[in-house]
Amino acid sequence: MTAFLVVLVIILFGVAVMQMGKIFQLSKGKQDSNAQIANDKDNNVNGWLMLAFVLFIYGIAIFSFAAYWDVLLPESASEHGVGIDQLWLISMALIFVVGIITQWLLHYFAFKYRGRQGQRATFFADNDKLEFIWTIIPVIVLAGLIIYGLFTWTEIMNVEEDEDTLVVELYAYQFDWRARYAGADRTLGEANVRLIEGANQLGVDASDPNAQDDVVVNELHLPVGKKVLFKMRSQDVLHSAYMPHFRAQMNCVPGMITQFAFTPSITTEEMRENEEVVDKVKRINDIRREKNQNMGPDDEVLEPYTFDYMLLCNKICGNNHYNMQMKIVVETQEEYDAWMAEQATLAQTLKQ
Amino acid sequence: MSAHAHDHAEDHHDDHGHHHKETFITKYIFSQDHKMISKQYLITGLFMGIIGIAMSLLFRMQLAWPDKEFTIYEIFLGKWGEGGVMDPSVYLALVTIHGTIMVFFVLTAGLSGTFSNLLIPLQIGARDMASGFLNMVSYWLFFLSSIIMVLSLFVEAGPASAGWTIYPPLSALPQAIPGSGTGMTLWLVSMAIFIASSLLGSLNYVVTVINLRTKGMSMTRLPLTIWAFFITAVIGIVSFPVLLSAALMLIMDRSFGTSFFLSDIYIAGEVLHNQGGSPVLFEHLFWFLGHPEVYIVLLPALGITSEIIATNSRKPIFGYRAMVASILAIAFLSTIVWGHHMFISGMNPFLGSVFTFTTLLIAIPSAVKAFNYITTLWKGNLQLNPAMLFSIGLVSTFITGGLTGILLGDSALDINVHDTYFVVAHFHLVMGISALYGLFAGVYHWFPKMFEGKLMNKNLGYIHFWITAIGAYGVFFPMHFIGMAGLPRRYYTNTAFPYFDDLTDVNVVITTFAFISAGAQLIFLYNFISSMFFGKVGPKNPWKSNTLEWTAEVKHIHGNWDGPIPHVYRWAYDYSKLNMDESDYVVPGQDYAPQHLPLQDNEEEMNH
Repeated sequence: MTAFLVVLVIILFGVAVMQMGKIFQLSKGKQDSNAQIANDKDNNVNGWLMLAFVLFIYGIAIFSFAAYWDVLLPESASEHGVGIDQLWLISMALIFVVGIITQWLLHYFAFKYRGRQGQRATFFADNDKLEFIWTIIPVIVLAGLIIYGLFTWTEIMNVEEDEDTLVVELYAYQFDWRARYAGADRTLGEANVRLIEGANQLGVDASDPNAQDDVVVNELHLPVGKKVLFKMRSQDVLHSAYMPHFRAQMNCVPGMITQFAFTPSITTEEMRENEEVVDKVKRINDIRREKNQNMGPDDEVLEPYTFDYMLLCNKICGNNHYNMQMKIVVETQEEYDAWMAEQATLAQTLKQ
Repeated sequence: MSAHAHDHAEDHHDDHGHHHKETFITKYIFSQDHKMISKQYLITGLFMGIIGIAMSLLFRMQLAWPDKEFTIYEIFLGKWGEGGVMDPSVYLALVTIHGTIMVFFVLTAGLSGTFSNLLIPLQIGARDMASGFLNMVSYWLFFLSSIIMVLSLFVEAGPASAGWTIYPPLSALPQAIPGSGTGMTLWLVSMAIFIASSLLGSLNYVVTVINLRTKGMSMTRLPLTIWAFFITAVIGIVSFPVLLSAALMLIMDRSFGTSFFLSDIYIAGEVLHNQGGSPVLFEHLFWFLGHPEVYIVLLPALGITSEIIATNSRKPIFGYRAMVASILAIAFLSTIVWGHHMFISGMNPFLGSVFTFTTLLIAIPSAVKAFNYITTLWKGNLQLNPAMLFSIGLVSTFITGGLTGILLGDSALDINVHDTYFVVAHFHLVMGISALYGLFAGVYHWFPKMFEGKLMNKNLGYIHFWITAIGAYGVFFPMHFIGMAGLPRRYYTNTAFPYFDDLTDVNVVITTFAFISAGAQLIFLYNFISSMFFGKVGPKNPWKSNTLEWTAEVKHIHGNWDGPIPHVYRWAYDYSKLNMDESDYVVPGQDYAPQHLPLQDNEEEMNH
């Protein structure tokens, strides 16, 4: 009912505006029929505004960089991520140069050649040489980018598994994550959603000998400097395992196993001491403190924040999509071993 | 001339032979006249646009002030906004329907439908579309699909909310999200009808352009608008049926227990029987349309601006053949790049390499287009009418958004920004804002053709443009940064991650600009409606344009030209062409030579 009333009010408002327009129209004298076509004055004003506008674009770019530089992700915490960041930087520099020049030309020409009575435009319909130049330049530049990009991509995606690779299953479901480690035998046990029952939340085949020493956890621990191969599964709908600090992402697809591998290069402890991260955490805590001071009596008190790596779901997956996360801890091999030793194996969990 | 007069008499006889009386219904509702149908498309499109933009404002408020309560939620969202708190499910519904409406209903039907219908017959010199009846059916199917889409907003469990890409299994299973019940069914039905409408329209456009060109109107003399509409229609015919098949399979998965897209699913405490399907298949099918769709949206806008920039620069469009070639190249490439939406979908990484290659190739014809626009401005005599401003604005956002596309098209770089706000910023600039600018440019420019010579108010047009231009960059420039900070899209709130707390300020800035630019659209609406009724009638050819539509009668008659259809003797871009001894323009004292003007005595013949 309220919605209907609102619509009615909007319609009536429109009618009122129209009536006002009518009165306005009647009150004006007769105009000449060219009144609504740009004249020299309009061209002049809008020409200058075009010039101002290109400065506005530069301004908003500079402002954004100045103001938002420090919200960006810190240095890559994985080995391949350094290559991605490098490529990103090069591409970014390139598109900025192109963007700055073309936007300038576009708006400057709009200003410089703004119409004037009696000004004669140049009849200039074709020039094969010019067109050849600006076809060939993008071709060369893009060829470079494509080749560079493809090398980077192939290096990341073609995973060679060796003795030392740590295989971890990432298991996604509405709305949480689980990680399964292969255990001492370095082989993940078979699993299928049809076997999900009680404590066997991931549907691991309990009779599979490889499954006995598997370890299921809800906090991802990774030893630094060791290649991790993630095998991703989903139980219900599409999810995406997104680990922004590691420049890593892969969809989790029900019915198939997807994979992504990287080598973490910076431990959580080290990252917490990274200058950018220290700054960011400080800023975040200032914001949280301020919020705590301004909040009402029944609001939840915000805890102070300490930095942790995180795994987010980045593919729309349902109502709680926005809160589907898992903590990632990157630590030294010793810390990792110690942590792993405390975890119960699947055989132990299922026996209970 | 007597021969012409004779032709005319026959023509006249053909078209008005029966002299049936136009009733209100045949004239305004079930009209088969392309001009009326184009207006119907435009007004339906604008109406849907109001809904789509209003939705974006609601969810922008939620993003900027997630912990504040707004009564406005309760007013518009009812039970999903109780106490002024937005429900997460309705947030997802809003983004889903916003995307669907803007992409399909506003920018496909509202833009291409409006201007293809209006301009194809008028600019090629035809009395109407090849089939007026199919054209009418096409509009009414579109209307029906709009009604169903709007109705789906009112179903008990909420409208479709699996994202506009409706990836299964989320869109297939009501257990996964409430919107995948009746809401999703209606979404699919609406889209199926929409596709039928779009196909009928496209076939009609293609046939009309091929068969009904007036004498002398060779393909290389066509205005670029027509080239763009023509190729757009072809892409539509190639790709929309694939979406229909995807939708049909999804309907079967949902209702008849098939397993095209579903396999190994455990949800709500039970295992589903589905086995062997793959959501990745759906992604392939969806994006086989989804990516060409970007160009279905964008090409008409580029065609419109080509025409408007040339006319208002008083110069020929630079590199006409290159422009046509790049339209063709973009159209071809657009059908083989869909995989760049799926780099991290789990498909074979080798495919990722292939799609990176084809995707970056598209930058070449796009760059050619941008450079040609800029060169067209060079040494012109720019008449900065509102349509011209929007056209220049389009080139600007097309460049900005296109450049970030080079980053996203690179599979290695896509890994870390896929599905973040960086992508949202990119595609809104390059296809959303650019296509909207094209729509506005077209409306300002051809308003006199739609409403019997009336012109829109230019000062309101200027205000509309400048606020929108500033607002659009204000919204989408900062949005790149929250994307680079790793913020995923489609999050109802970012407060679950303290790590993103410092992005709230940026979101407030974005929302503020969004409100400013949405406010500017009210100025446009007012201008549109008031000019429709009280607009001042301008000259017959207000922009001194070369194309044929300005030779047609100002008053709308069925058949467009009261007399014979004009013949064409030149291309559409003889602006400021000088005579052989360069003493004056081809037509002395007039800086344009319309297409129906025969070659003059003292004129050098060009290639066209």
